[in-house]
Amino acid sequence: MSLVNYATREITCKIVYYGPGRSGKTTNLHYIYGQVPDDRKGRMVSLATQTDRTLFFDFLPLDLGSISGFTTKFQLYTVPGQVYYQATRKLVLQGADGVVFVADSQARQIDENIESFQDLHANLAEQGIDARSVPLVLQYNKQDLPRELILSTGELSDALNFRGVPEFPADALHGPGVFETLRSIAEGVLKRLSAGTSAGVTAGSRG
Amino acid sequence: MQIDSRLRFDNFVVGSANRLAVAAARAVAESPGAVYNPLFMYSSSGLGKTHLMSAIGNQVAQRTDLVVELVTLDDFVEELHEAIAAGTTEQFKERYLQVGLLLIDDMQFLTGHRETQSELLRIFNALQADGRQIVMTSDRPPTEIADVDERLITRLSGGLIVDMGAPDYETRMAILKAKCEERGVRFRGGVIDELGRLEFKNVRELQGALNRLIAFQTLGGEQVEPDAVLTILGDLAEQRGRVSAPRVMGGEFANFLTDIASAVAHHVEQWKTRLIEGIEYWRSEGFHTAALERVLADRTPPTSVETVLREFEAGVTKLRDLQRQLQRLEPALAGHDAFRDPDRLSEAEDLLERALRTTTPPPGPSAAFTRAGFEVSVSNQLAVRAADAIVAVPGSRYNPLFIHGPSGVGKTHLLNAIGNGLVHGATGASAVACVPAQLFVDELIGALQEGIVDRWRARYRAASALLLDDVQFVAGKERTQEELFHVFNALYAEGKQLVIASDRPPRDLSGLEERLRSRFEGGLVVQMQSPDHALRERLYARYLRELGVDPTPAMIEYLSSRPAMSVREIIGTANRVVASAEVAAVPVTMDFIRAALDPDESGPEGAAMKRATTDSFFLDREKIIWEWPDASARLIEDLR
Repeated sequence: MSLVNYATREITCKIVYYGPGRSGKTTNLHYIYGQVPDDRKGRMVSLATQTDRTLFFDFLPLDLGSISGFTTKFQLYTVPGQVYYQATRKLVLQGADGVVFVADSQARQIDENIESFQDLHANLAEQGIDARSVPLVLQYNKQDLPRELILSTGELSDALNFRGVPEFPADALHGPGVFETLRSIAEGVLKRLSAGTSAGVTAGSRG
Repeated sequence: MQIDSRLRFDNFVVGSANRLAVAAARAVAESPGAVYNPLFMYSSSGLGKTHLMSAIGNQVAQRTDLVVELVTLDDFVEELHEAIAAGTTEQFKERYLQVGLLLIDDMQFLTGHRETQSELLRIFNALQADGRQIVMTSDRPPTEIADVDERLITRLSGGLIVDMGAPDYETRMAILKAKCEERGVRFRGGVIDELGRLEFKNVRELQGALNRLIAFQTLGGEQVEPDAVLTILGDLAEQRGRVSAPRVMGGEFANFLTDIASAVAHHVEQWKTRLIEGIEYWRSEGFHTAALERVLADRTPPTSVETVLREFEAGVTKLRDLQRQLQRLEPALAGHDAFRDPDRLSEAEDLLERALRTTTPPPGPSAAFTRAGFEVSVSNQLAVRAADAIVAVPGSRYNPLFIHGPSGVGKTHLLNAIGNGLVHGATGASAVACVPAQLFVDELIGALQEGIVDRWRARYRAASALLLDDVQFVAGKERTQEELFHVFNALYAEGKQLVIASDRPPRDLSGLEERLRSRFEGGLVVQMQSPDHALRERLYARYLRELGVDPTPAMIEYLSSRPAMSVREIIGTANRVVASAEVAAVPVTMDFIRAALDPDESGPEGAAMKRATTDSFFLDREKIIWEWPDASARLIEDLR
C-alpha cells in the first residue's frame, strides 16, 4: 500500500497489532484512542463479540495533521487473536507497513505467544514477505500483574525476540509502554521509507 | 520593516505544540538557505509565528552580514502598488533581489492579489536559485490560502511546512513563569497554576489575563489569592475550559506527535518533493517530464536533485532554441511534439537539420565579381565608396543603398562585390542574399504554386543582407512588391544591410508602390555614370591584355577617345577588334584598329574587317531562309 504519496502529499502508514487472543491488542488501541484530542479523533471501528473479544478487527485511524507539508495518517489495526480467525488475520496483515506483536506476559500464556509469533511469520511468508524486511516491535503486555504470574522482560525476550527488534514492557490498560511501542514502530516504518526499500513506497504521478 | 530585537529564541517558550517549528526555525537561523527553504510556519493568531520569525531574523542579522528583510504581505503589496504607480517596479524587484533572508508575515493576505503573486513568484525563483532563505508565516497552510497561483503554492510548499498549535498546560505554565520573571512580579503559590489551568488558545489572551492579575496585585496593594483568580479574571475566564489537574499523561499523544513530526521531517525525502515540484512546473509549461519521472521512480536518490533539474532545464532551453530556429525555416514543423520533450532532443535536432537541408539558402553573390576587379574612377567613385563603407560596417550607414545608372556600367559587378565583401568581411555574414529581381519574382511564383510561400519568405528573412539587382523588374508586380516590402521591413528592423540596383532612380520607377519607393529613397541613392575617359583608358588596357594583346599607348588613346556608354560596350569593342584580327590572321596594330572601327578610312585591311563583322552564322546557307514566297502573297491579299 502507498506510504508516501508525493503527488497528493500524503503519508499513510498501516500498522497491525498482532498477537495471541486476550493479549491486549485492542486495549492498546483503546488507550491510544483515549489520548487523542477530540479534534484529531477518527472513528474507532471495533467489531466485538458478545464476550467482548475481537471478532473481525479493530481499526483506528489517526490523523496526525500536516507534517512537513504532508497530510499524515496512521491506520492502526488489530487482528483477532483466536486461532480460528486465521483468514481474517491474513486479510488484515495484507499491506501492513509495520507490525506490533503484543505478547501476553503471563507465564501460562508463553506457548500461545510462541504459536502466534510463528503464525505471524507463516502468514507473512505466505504473502511472499520476508519477515526480516517488515518493521516489527515486540510489546510484553500485562507487566502490571503480580510478579509470580508473569515472565520478566528478559525471559520473554529470550523466548521471542530472536531477531533483536525493539521491545517494550507495557501495561496497556493504564498506559505505560503503549505510546513507546507506537512511537517505535512508527519510527521504524518511517525510517524504512527513507531507506527506500519499502515495497509500499510509491512515487505518485499524475497523468 | 525593523525587526523587533526583543523577539529572540532565548525568550521563546518551547512546548510540544511548537517544538518542530522551533527546531526548524533554529536550523534555518543556523544556516540560512541550506535547509528547509522556504520555511512556512502557520498557526492561528497569537501563537508566536511573528516571534519565531523575528528570532530567525535577529539571529541571522547578528551572526552574518546577510541582508535581512522583514515585511508583512500587506506592506509588500502596498510597496508594489506604489512602485507600479511610480514606474519603478525594476528598482522594487532589484531591492528584493539583494536580500539574503526574506521574512514575509501574514501570507494569507495573498488571496486575490494576482499581480503580487506573479511578482512574488519571480522574486522567489530568483532568490531560491541563488540559495537565499525565505521564511513565511500564515494563519493557514499554503493549500488553504484561496485563489493563489498553483505554481506559487508549490513554491510555498517546497521546503518545510510546520504548524504551531495552542500551548498546552505545561507550556502555558512556562510562559506565565517567564513573563512573571520578566516583569519582576511574584504571586502567591497556586495563583499561576490556577491561571495556567485555564485553556487559553492564544498566548496574547493568556498574557492579557496575566496582566490583569498583575494590575490587580500592584494597584490593589494586596497579594492575589489562588481562589480569587477566577473572580478577578471574570469575563476572561468565562466559558474557558479548565484543566482539572496537571495531567501527567495528557501530553502523551502530543509528545508522540512531536516525535513523529520530527521523524517525518527527517525521513521524508526532500529530493522527491523538490523533483515533484519540478515536474509539476514543467508540466504546467507544457513539457513532457518523463526524464524527471524516471529519476523519481528510481529508488536511489540522485547525487544532486538540483543538477537533475538544471540538466532538464538546459534540455528545455536547447529545445526552445531549436524550435525558434525551425520556426523561421518551416513554421509548420515547429509545433512538433518533439520540441516539448527533452528526451527527444536528438529527434528535434534531426527535424531542424532536415529542414535546413531541404531549405536551400537564398542565392548568394557570384564569386566572379570581386571588388579588386572593379575599376574605380570619377564616374562611379561615389557608389564604390558607399559600397566600401557598407562592407566595413553593414547595416549602419547607407541603409538601404540604392545604386542606379545605365545598363552595363558595373552595377551588378558592384552589387556582387558588396555581397562577397560581406561574406568574407570582418562581420562574416553567412547568408547574404544576392538576387536579380527577376529571379526573386520567379521564385515567389514557384513558391506560390507549391504552397511554400512561408518557407520562401523565411529564407529571405533569415538572410543577413539582401542585395537586389534590377529592381525595375518588380514594377507592376503587386504581390512581389508586397513580399519585398515585408522582407525589406523585417531585415531593416534587424539592422541588416539592403542594397538595391536599378537602371533608373527610384522616382522614375513607374509601377512601384509609394511605400517601397519612399523606403528605397530613405538611405543613399547614388548614380553610376557611363565610363569617363580615364576609366575607358584603364578598361581598354585591361581587356586587351586579357585577350592577349599588348596595347601601345596610342592604341589605348585612340580607343578611349571613342565614346562608350557602358563597360559592356568597351568589352565588346575590345573583343571585336581582337576577333577581327584573328579572323584576318593579322596582328592587332594601331592601323588595324582604326580600319576595323572606322571602316570609312578603310585600307586593305578594311575588307577583311568587313567580312569579319558579318557573323559567320549568316554565311551558313543552311541556316538562312532565302525565299519567302508566302509572305508577300499574303500581304497583298490582306491589302485588298
